[in-house]
Amino acid sequence: MKKVQIVIVGGGPAGLAAAVAAWEAGCRDLLILEREEALGGILKQCIHNGFGLHTFGEELTGPEYAARYIEKVEAYGIPYQCDTMVVNISEQRVVTAVSRSEGVQEFEAGAVILAMGCRERPRGALGIPGWRCSGIYTAGTAQKLVNRKGMMPGKRVVILGSGDIGLIMARRMTFLGAKVLGVVELMPYSSGLKRNIVQCLNDYDIPLLLSHTVVDVAGKERLTGVTVAQVDEALRPIPGTEQIFDCDTLLLSVGLIPENELSSMAGVELSAATSGALVDEQLETSVPGIFSCGNVLHVHDLVDFVSEEAAKAGLAALHYAEGKLPQPENQMVVESGFGAGGVVPQRMSKTLAEPVQLMFRSRGVYPNAAVAIELDGAEVARRKFRILTPGEMVRMAFLPAWAAEHPEAQKVTVRVVLPQEGGEQV
Amino acid sequence: MSNKKELTCIGCPMGCQISAELDEEGHILSLAGFTCKVGENYAKEELTAPKRMVTALVRLSGGREPLSVKTSKPIDKKLVFDCLRAAATVSVLRPVKIGEVILPHVCDTDVDLIATSEVL
Repeated sequence: MKKVQIVIVGGGPAGLAAAVAAWEAGCRDLLILEREEALGGILKQCIHNGFGLHTFGEELTGPEYAARYIEKVEAYGIPYQCDTMVVNISEQRVVTAVSRSEGVQEFEAGAVILAMGCRERPRGALGIPGWRCSGIYTAGTAQKLVNRKGMMPGKRVVILGSGDIGLIMARRMTFLGAKVLGVVELMPYSSGLKRNIVQCLNDYDIPLLLSHTVVDVAGKERLTGVTVAQVDEALRPIPGTEQIFDCDTLLLSVGLIPENELSSMAGVELSAATSGALVDEQLETSVPGIFSCGNVLHVHDLVDFVSEEAAKAGLAALHYAEGKLPQPENQMVVESGFGAGGVVPQRMSKTLAEPVQLMFRSRGVYPNAAVAIELDGAEVARRKFRILTPGEMVRMAFLPAWAAEHPEAQKVTVRVVLPQEGGEQV
Repeated sequence: MSNKKELTCIGCPMGCQISAELDEEGHILSLAGFTCKVGENYAKEELTAPKRMVTALVRLSGGREPLSVKTSKPIDKKLVFDCLRAAATVSVLRPVKIGEVILPHVCDTDVDLIATSEVL
């Protein structure tokens, strides 16, 4: 068994940023394990632009953003192994990986960084009736086929789900000569960015059907059409509103699920709200020495924030491996209050060296609302937002002074304050 | 004769609906519905000279896998499909570096198509 100071599972944006940060802080014994044939993760297939505005002050495409980090990994000589699948992580941080070239390998890690990302919710999770015909893809799979493999999944397309990947694919399929008949969204609002609604749908007159869903698919060998119906407030299809779209392709953009099978094998406790690990402000999971960052921790909207979070995990992992990370003790619990969901981190020390970014999503669309942070019910901060939507992650800094001023506090609550409750006056 | 136009601001998640009135030459007569400076500026540019970054795929010789490219800067929105058609005629030899010009002066503009990924 080989000893390695830090093993990083996943060579996407999170794994790359964690590795670069650890190296720049002095770590010279680390290893990135990546199951695909090249570093870069999902960015490799995201050829549209809009990445990196926060990090680099310019809008890059996905491959360009990834290259900024890969160039550093190469320049520093940070070791990485592609085509290598991690199959187990033990609570004692023994990482087992398999690859064609090296066979089975075991690494005894001083610290482990989980950076496996997320995967798409598949058709099977939706319960759409109909035959198991070809022509139904998740949007990300279609994106990989088109952008990386040079293959077109079909010619007449309906997209279910209006998340950003679905919107981006509506434009890409249009660019490549397909006809996109519509984007169907179950909720009364889109979870995609406004910019993508305008520039991917409106620019090309692609209809967005809010409060609609696919209730049936037709076709035995190949998809021949889908039936779309309007839904009521309880999201149930309304009889009589069905319309049939004659299409050969259905793309699903219906949510992302953090890929935490390895985390569970290691005994890492997961959050029901985020489907990611429960972490403290150092991004350390419930298992000492195992850290989590990026989309495997919680699904982000912007890769810039993945990189920022992962860099923090890279530093914390190095400190742990060097025996310098303070023991997690005297921690407060961080909870999501009204209107907020999936706040990360879920635990936080009372003695903070620096501000902690609390990240969460609102549970609904709230215009002119505010977000309040409370310590055992006493409000310590409030910030007004023009609008909160579930599609945009909210970040608010928690300052060390607040915890210092409330030494007895056990619980931090993040909640949405509606305008009628006084949010307007702030 | 004036011409009415509706647009959605992309400046933030509010997505304000902006209504505009234009004269026959496309000059803005009135703007309403924006709630901040970002919206006003966006509407002015979008109504008079809309531009888009275009990202596309071009053929890479000796294989099926395409090469990803982008315009070196935003291009006139009316030229988006001409730009895509121009990209479709290109076939590139390996190796390619990020930033390499793949098609200069696309659609007779001062915009180039440049590679966004590296191929060895």
